[in-house]
Amino acid sequence: MPGLVLGASFLGFGSLVRESGLSLWQGLASSLGMWALPGQVAFVELYAAGASAFAIVLAVALTNARLMPMTVVLQPRLRTPGVAAWRYYVAAHFVAVTSWANSMQRLPEVPERHRMAWFAAFAGGLFLGSFAATAAGYALAGLVPKPVTLALVFLNPVYFMLIFITDLKHRAKALALVTGAVLGPLLHQVDADWGLLATGLIAGTAAFLADLAWRRYAGAGHG
Amino acid sequence: MAEAGGVWAVLLLACLATYLSRGLGVLFAERIDPEGPTFRWVGCVAYAMLAGLVARMILMPIGPLAQVDLATRSSAAVAAAAIYLLSRRNLLAGLAAGMGVLFLMIRGL
Repeated sequence: MPGLVLGASFLGFGSLVRESGLSLWQGLASSLGMWALPGQVAFVELYAAGASAFAIVLAVALTNARLMPMTVVLQPRLRTPGVAAWRYYVAAHFVAVTSWANSMQRLPEVPERHRMAWFAAFAGGLFLGSFAATAAGYALAGLVPKPVTLALVFLNPVYFMLIFITDLKHRAKALALVTGAVLGPLLHQVDADWGLLATGLIAGTAAFLADLAWRRYAGAGHG
Repeated sequence: MAEAGGVWAVLLLACLATYLSRGLGVLFAERIDPEGPTFRWVGCVAYAMLAGLVARMILMPIGPLAQVDLATRSSAAVAAAAIYLLSRRNLLAGLAAGMGVLFLMIRGL
């Protein structure tokens, strides 16, 4: 299921690449070297809009800054006895929303010694599938009716939204998700580049503090 | 930006900037106690950024989706969430509902 959704999303990305006047190789290189769809979409869109090189790199870097805290949070769940440290740096390249959200939910059920292998197989499979889908989307661009392409591009954020609904059961995550969802679009209007980072820091810190206060209150209540 | 070499250079820099976040994540994780408050705070920041990004992608998309009006995008997102919850968290049902609503509303039904 995650593979199908991601495949469809990269299909949409492939056609976006072609419409923006980039080559198939550039589209595939972005899937290989970046492999984070929101950053890739920002790259393609800003390129098509004729933005400066600096503006493009800054926008991509800030859109993808979320990968830093995401990678931090994944590490304890990925810890596998006997796996060399450098492998975690290789594995980090395969941290993206789909692979991360599914791994965060499923890795605790995987036996400890198989965790790295499980992640490599899962994320690696998604990674390979996304190339095929990028190429197919590029080839199909223009052949598919416009509403279908739009639906494919829309599939990605809606899929992410549904995955995170599952996490609303957890108090700290729910606080962070709701506050972030409200602040994200607001701060994006203030500053399209730095808005997302500010959202993470402000909403994340607020959620953390609220959760901390809640813990203390509940702790005192049961005292 | 016009010549092809420039695009490749920008693409390479964008990829390096992306990996920087991931690599630093592994580096920092070695220094943070997974049971401690710092770790919980980083987790909250991660989820807040993800939710902010997803909300922005739905409400204020860049690219072709920007041509679709806000009411259509919101209706499709609400339909996807509602059907997902009503179908006891069936992803396929939720996504099909969201895509269906978007498709039909674009077609003008």
